[in-house]
Amino acid sequence: MSTLPLISCRGLTKIYPLSGVEVHALRGVDLDIERGEMVAIMGPSGSGKSTLMNILGCMDMQTEGSYYFDGVDTGDLDARELAGLRNKKFGFVFQRYNLLPRASALYNVEIPLFYSGMYGDEVKNRALAALKRFGIDDLADHRPNQLSGGQQQRVAIARAVVNNPLVVLADEPTGALDTTNSLEVMKILQKMHIEQSVTVIIITHEPEIAGFCPRKLIMRDGKIISDQFSASDVRR
Amino acid sequence: MSVRFQVLSSFSIDALKANKMRSFLTMLGIIIGVAAVILMMSIGQGAQQQVLSRINSLGSNLLTVMPGAAGQFVRSGNVNTLTLKDAQAIAKLTGVACVAPTVRGSALATCGNKTWTTSISGTTQEITDISSLEIEQGRFFSESDVNGISAVAVIGQTVYENLFDSGADPVGSEIRLSGVTFKVIGLLKTIGASSGGDDRDDTIYIPVTTAQIRLLGTTNQSVNQVQVQVQDINQISTVQDEIASLLRKRHRLSDQADDDFNIRDITQIQNTAQNVTGILTLFLAGVAMISLIVGGIGIMNIMLVSVTERTREIGLRMAIGATRQDILNQFLYEAILLSLTGSFFGIVFGVAGSKIFSYFAKWSTAISIQAVVLSVVFALIIGVFFGYYPARRASRLNPAEALSFE
Ligand SMILES: Nc1ncnc2c1ncn2[C@@H]1O[C@H](COP(=O)(O)OP(=O)(O)O)[C@@H](O)[C@H]1O
Ligand SMILES: [Mg+2]
Repeated sequence: MSTLPLISCRGLTKIYPLSGVEVHALRGVDLDIERGEMVAIMGPSGSGKSTLMNILGCMDMQTEGSYYFDGVDTGDLDARELAGLRNKKFGFVFQRYNLLPRASALYNVEIPLFYSGMYGDEVKNRALAALKRFGIDDLADHRPNQLSGGQQQRVAIARAVVNNPLVVLADEPTGALDTTNSLEVMKILQKMHIEQSVTVIIITHEPEIAGFCPRKLIMRDGKIISDQFSASDVRR
Repeated sequence: MSVRFQVLSSFSIDALKANKMRSFLTMLGIIIGVAAVILMMSIGQGAQQQVLSRINSLGSNLLTVMPGAAGQFVRSGNVNTLTLKDAQAIAKLTGVACVAPTVRGSALATCGNKTWTTSISGTTQEITDISSLEIEQGRFFSESDVNGISAVAVIGQTVYENLFDSGADPVGSEIRLSGVTFKVIGLLKTIGASSGGDDRDDTIYIPVTTAQIRLLGTTNQSVNQVQVQVQDINQISTVQDEIASLLRKRHRLSDQADDDFNIRDITQIQNTAQNVTGILTLFLAGVAMISLIVGGIGIMNIMLVSVTERTREIGLRMAIGATRQDILNQFLYEAILLSLTGSFFGIVFGVAGSKIFSYFAKWSTAISIQAVVLSVVFALIIGVFFGYYPARRASRLNPAEALSFE
């Protein structure tokens, strides 16, 4: 008896009804990702990468096809259960960081914990620990606009992993960063992948960034046209 | 798994603080609404209390007999069915303590070079008991003055102030009322502040006979009203019935004929006054409620704008685990917080406004706990009602779409 991979999609399609014209963002995606993999998704813009990632992260629903996460058919889950998955099992990192602008770094990291029903010192301690992990605990009371892009993205990563997710989903996490910070962010993600076996899925345009990932998917027109494991292990 | 209340409140307070101007403008509607409800109701209830306390001060063992059929407020002189003789007959009934017939009119009073238009009350000495009149100087006229048709007058404080120099002793001086000379024999104490109605200090009391014959030229002895003080308050309805049958007999009314007089006791007048002022209060409160509803629409408007403006934030919150309920709660909580804070300031301004109003308008106001509770509850209902729709809309957003919202 075979167990399902952590992520298992069959025939995923996504159609956006865009003012009369239907946009086929995904046209039949089959994808299996095992626990602990680190995967890069590449492809031209508009090829459906973000759409796929949103579905994988339970942020959106496919039009057709099935998506099993950790053995559960996500199509059977209600809005509340999906919110629970996003809160506990997934961590999102965005190109534009998406921090709450008026809140401190610490508070931004605390929010997912609040939504888990935690409160009090436990929240603060865990958020501080997450910041410390990425060497930015001294910036805890800074607001996003007092932080550099690299620092903001590290706060965002701290927020993504503060609840110890199974999967980190990063949509062009280095898209707005310079090379130094980009490499820094990638090293952080790689470290989590190696040390904690967190499954990491990264959308990127840059081959150098994709080079951190042992597995590369290439998408075009809503389909996966290439799925390769690198011969040489790039773990450094 | 749900966000704790205190966390929720910190989310909401942060959001409201982040946009202070907008929060304030939203609250303004509620502030004005609540303040208006409290102010209006305090004015209405102040009026009610004042009218009732004035009526109560008349004494509850009083019956007032007026000419004309019941149901019509008759004050004109063209209903002449009640006479001085009727009053004298009533006085002889058992259970009646005393009777004061009154004719009313107004006259131009002259004293030296001063003139003053005032009201004339032609009555008997019993009025001092019935209306609780007290003498400050001199004396009230007596039964013999009434029988003798004496040209004597007892003046109220307002009349004194307008006809005499302050400090001057009015007793013994002569005044002219519509050309007839009267001797002032007494000055009344101030009866009290008046509200809205006629100034009872602005009256000259003269014997009823003198008023009828010398001043008003009434030939048929008719009076405007007869006030009857009953000995025992428990007997008041018995006495009322006796007066009615006496008058019917005296007026030779057939069995089928309607009464040509009407008798009111104080409770009747109280009820009427209470109804009228109650309606006034309700009307004022209704007007104020409308402004509260408008304030509620303001909340909805701002909440809708806020939801749209914060769509990305909502998307982000959902991406990191907020349930629909969490989002709904947050926005509802914001709406409730806005309306409660607004209510608080509304109460402050409403109470202050009511005090200021009563100070400048010389109209006592009464702030009731009902008005405060009513307006706060109403503001809260409005906050929840108008906050719910935008909140629900926010909570129904798809996280991916909300997050990519531009
Ligand atoms: N919310 C949406 N409504 C309509 N069309 C959309 C929406 N999101 C994405 N699309 C369309 O779907 C296609 C795939 O988009 P996306 O997944 O964002 O591509 P990528 O991330 O690879 O650039 C594009 O043509 C895009 O215009
Ligand atoms: Mg994209």
